[in-house]
Amino acid sequence: MTVQSVKRQSSWWKRHQAQLTPFLFLAPAILFFTVYVIIPIFQSISISLYEWDGLSPASYVGFANYIELMDDEEFYTSLWNNVRWLICFMAAVPIGLALALFLNQVVFGIRLIKSLFFFPFVISQVVIGLIFTWFYEPNYGVISPLLSWVGLEGWAILADEDYATYGIIFAGLYPQIAYCMILYLTGLNNISADQIEAGRMDGAKGFSLFWNIILPQLKPATFIAVVVTIIGSLRSFDMIAIMTQGGPWGSTNVLAYFMFEQALSEYGYRMGYGSAIATILFSIMLVYILFFVYRMYRDEKRGL
Amino acid sequence: MKKMLTTLAAAALVGMASSASAGTLVINTDTSDAAPKKAFEYIIEKFEAENPDVTVEWNVFDHEGYKQSIRNFLNTNPPDVANWYAGNRMRPFVKAGLFEDVSDIWADSGWKDGELGSSMAHAQKSMTIAGRQWGVPYTYYQWGVYYRKDIFEKMGIAVPKTFDEFVEACATLKANGVTPITIGSKYLWTTAGVFDYLDLRVNGYEFHMDLTNGKIPYTDPRVHAVFDAWDRLVKPGYFIENHAAYSWQEALTPMVNGEAAMYVMGNFAVAPLREAGLTDDQLGFFQFPEITPGLPMAEEAPTDTVHIPSKAKNKKDAKRFLIFMARADVQEEVNKILGQLPINSGSSVADDKFLKAGNKMLNEAYAMAQFYDRDAPAEMASAGMKGFQEYMVKPERRDAILKRLEKARSRIYK
Repeated sequence: MTVQSVKRQSSWWKRHQAQLTPFLFLAPAILFFTVYVIIPIFQSISISLYEWDGLSPASYVGFANYIELMDDEEFYTSLWNNVRWLICFMAAVPIGLALALFLNQVVFGIRLIKSLFFFPFVISQVVIGLIFTWFYEPNYGVISPLLSWVGLEGWAILADEDYATYGIIFAGLYPQIAYCMILYLTGLNNISADQIEAGRMDGAKGFSLFWNIILPQLKPATFIAVVVTIIGSLRSFDMIAIMTQGGPWGSTNVLAYFMFEQALSEYGYRMGYGSAIATILFSIMLVYILFFVYRMYRDEKRGL
Repeated sequence: MKKMLTTLAAAALVGMASSASAGTLVINTDTSDAAPKKAFEYIIEKFEAENPDVTVEWNVFDHEGYKQSIRNFLNTNPPDVANWYAGNRMRPFVKAGLFEDVSDIWADSGWKDGELGSSMAHAQKSMTIAGRQWGVPYTYYQWGVYYRKDIFEKMGIAVPKTFDEFVEACATLKANGVTPITIGSKYLWTTAGVFDYLDLRVNGYEFHMDLTNGKIPYTDPRVHAVFDAWDRLVKPGYFIENHAAYSWQEALTPMVNGEAAMYVMGNFAVAPLREAGLTDDQLGFFQFPEITPGLPMAEEAPTDTVHIPSKAKNKKDAKRFLIFMARADVQEEVNKILGQLPINSGSSVADDKFLKAGNKMLNEAYAMAQFYDRDAPAEMASAGMKGFQEYMVKPERRDAILKRLEKARSRIYK
C-alpha cells in the first residue's frame, strides 16, 4: 500500500526520466542535423526543379534539368570519373595494410620511422595537390627526368585527357594510404598473441598465417578502411580544384566538382542544374549509406 | 597572408557596423592586388580631400572571392559604390535590378570641360544595356601580340601585317627551332583571346558581337572560317606543346628563355616579362594582323568599371564619386599607378612604349570587344573556352566541339 502511494506521488518527470533522457541528450544533435543536413537536402531537391541564377526570381521547369542532364556529355564523363576514383582509390587499403605489416616490428627507431609514414596524412590535401602539380610539370617537374628516361619526354599528365584523372588519383592515394596504414597499425596492436601462437603450433606460417589468422582479426580495421576510402574517393573535390579545375576540357570532372562548376563557379550560376546534379549524387550515395546503415544495424543486433 | 586576411576581416566588420549616415560613402572593391589597391588608395584620398563633407568607408575584398561576394552584398548589405566589369559581365546584375541606371551622369555630368558622353564616347557602347548606361569605366588595356623583337631581327622576320605574313613568320621561327607562339591554356581564358582576335579579323566586330550575343549558330560556315584560320596555326604545331598544363604565367617562361617568340596576350603580361629580365629592346608589341582584307580593325580592350547598387543608401555622393572617377585628371593619375590606359580621351598616357602603342591602337580602333568571357554570358563563355582549349589540342574534333557549343548556345540564349 505504502509503496504504491509513493509511486503515485512521484512526478510525471520522475516516472519517465529513463525513457526521456536519451532523447534529451540527442535533441541538440538532432536539431542541428535537421537544420544543416536534412532540410537542405529537401531544399536542394526542390531547387533542382527550378531554373534559378541565384539573383533573379526562380522559374519552375519541372524535370527539365534532369532531362538536360541525361543528355550532357560532361555528366557522363563526371560519373565515369567517380567510378574510376572509387575503384582506383581502393588500392589504398591493401597498400596501407602492407605498409602497416612492414612497420609493425620492433627495431630501434621504429617510432620515428612510423611517424614519418604518418606524414602525408598530416599535410593538407590542398598542399599535396599543389606539390603533385609541380611534380607533374612537363619540363621542370621532379618526374620529368624519369619520364624522359622511359621515352615519355615532356608528357604533361595533367593536360592529357586520358591520364589526368589517374594523375590526380595517384596524388590522392598518397595521404589515403597513410590513413589506411594508421588504421591497420592500431588494428595490429590488438591482435591476440595466443591465436598466433596456436596457429603456429598447428603449422601455419607465412602467407597462410597472415591470411587465416591475422587478416580475420583485422576485419574491423578493414571495414573502417574501406568505408573511409569510399568517403575519401567522394571527397576528391579539393584535389581536382587545385590540380586541374576539372580540365583539360572537363575530362577530370567528378560529380561534386561538376556541380560546383555549374552552380557556384565564376562561369555559371545555374542553381537548378547544380541541384539536379547534387540530387543525382545524393541518390547514388544513398545506396551506399543504406548498405552501411543496414550493416551496422545487423552487427549491433548480433551484438558485435 | 594571415595579416592580410585579418585586415580584410576587420574591413568587412567595419563595413557591416557602419550605418550609412549622411556623408558616409561605402565603397566595395576587389582591388586586393598591389597596384589596383594603390590606385584606389589614391582615388579615395583625393576624393575625400576635394569633398570634405564626405567620409569614405572602403572595403577591400579578395579579387577572386569578390566574384562571389558581390552577389551577396548587392542584395543584403549594399555599398554605395562597387567596382565590376563592362559588357555582358554586368548584365545579370542589371537584369536583376541590382545596378542603378546612371544615364543621367552620361547625359549631363555637370562639368565645365565637356560631358562624359563625349569624352568617353568610344566606351559608351560597352556600358549600355537596353539603351541606358549602368556605370562608369575608369581603366582598360589593350590586347595584341607581344613578341621577342631580338629573335625576329636575328631571323630577319619583319613585323607581320597580314595573316599570311604571320603564318610565314611562324614557319620561319619553327624551322629555326623556336616555338612560334606560347600560350598557357590551363585556366582556359587565354584561348579566348586568340579566338576573339581571329573572329574579329575574319568576320569583324559586328559579327563577333552577334555571335557572343547568341544570334549566330556556332555551326555557321563563318565560324568554321575562323577555325580554318586557326587550323593554319594549330595543325603545323605553331603553338607551344602541352599548353593545357600551363597557367598564363608559366607560359611566359619559354618566351623569357628565348624558346618561344610570340604571345597573344593583354598588356598585363609586360610587367612580369620585364621583371624576368627582358628589356624593351628584346620585347615588342604589334597589332593582331589583318585576315580579311579591308575589314575595319576592332580590338580587344577589357574595361573595368564602377557602379552604384540600386539599394545603395547614399546615392547622391555615389554619383559625385562616379563623376569624379570619370574625370580626365583622375583617370590619368590612376592609370599611371595601374600601368593601364585611361578611357577619358582628355587624359594623357604614362611614358611607356607599350602603353603608348596600345593607346594609339585603341584610339584608332573601329570598336572594342570586352573579351569573350565578358561579351558572352558566363555559361556560354565557360562552354566556349573549354571547347577552344580542346580544339587547340585536338583540332580534328572541331565539328564535334562546334556542335556541342551550338547545343549550349541554343539552351543558354533561348
